[in-house]
Amino acid sequence: MKVKPNNYIAIEFPSRSVNEGLARAAVAAFAAQLDPTLDELGDIKTAVSEAVTNAIVHAYPQEIGKIALRACIFDGNLLEITVRDWGCGIADVEKAREPLYTTGGEERSGMGFTIMESFMDSLAVRSKNGKGTVVTMKRRIALRTARR
Amino acid sequence: MEVISSGEGRELTLTLRGELDHHAAKEAMRNLEWELDAALPSKLTLDFSGVSFMDSSGIAVVMRALKRMRAMGGSAAIKNVPPQAKKVFTAAGIFRIVPLEEGEKSNESKTE
Repeated sequence: MKVKPNNYIAIEFPSRSVNEGLARAAVAAFAAQLDPTLDELGDIKTAVSEAVTNAIVHAYPQEIGKIALRACIFDGNLLEITVRDWGCGIADVEKAREPLYTTGGEERSGMGFTIMESFMDSLAVRSKNGKGTVVTMKRRIALRTARR
Repeated sequence: MEVISSGEGRELTLTLRGELDHHAAKEAMRNLEWELDAALPSKLTLDFSGVSFMDSSGIAVVMRALKRMRAMGGSAAIKNVPPQAKKVFTAAGIFRIVPLEEGEKSNESKTE
């Protein structure tokens, strides 16, 4: 009994860091039909950037792998974003979600999940060692009555 | 990621331009360290007025700069942070560690 989205996009790309900008721009362009504020759009772009960067840095540390990004719109102006990889998986999801925890060294801040959590309404992380990770984020876009 | 340096004496301002994500952060860190090594400032100000997007990679860049400045016995500050980047810094509590300075010009009113 899975609810069908009213609209969706699905894109796939290799885990190259140059694709981070493309990923958030694609979701932002898709989300535009919900008439978000600049603020809401900024939150969504930031969360997508964090999720995709995690997959690039952590899921495939030694190789280039596949990342699938999906954005769906459901009734009630609900935007759902899924970032999936088939990489190494997260050994301890609880720990990974803690602020400042990182295995990424000096280049990373350890704030990725914290930012996804605080910028979106909900965040779910499913991971299996050696199989991959699925990050699902939801955000309801406020309906604005006073439109031009 | 472009890093433009200005300032006089021991005070250095580095203005970042572009989208500061993980892809851009590697180059930004390299440029920033190169500028710090060349100028050896006692005070560094990072100007974010030209940053059109920033994720948590920006936090790592600021922390790296702060670490370098402290190692030289200096200090660091941030200014002219656009609203989107400000939200990321605030979520990470960065302004408790690196002070946010009043900028001479604010482009916040423009983007909102």
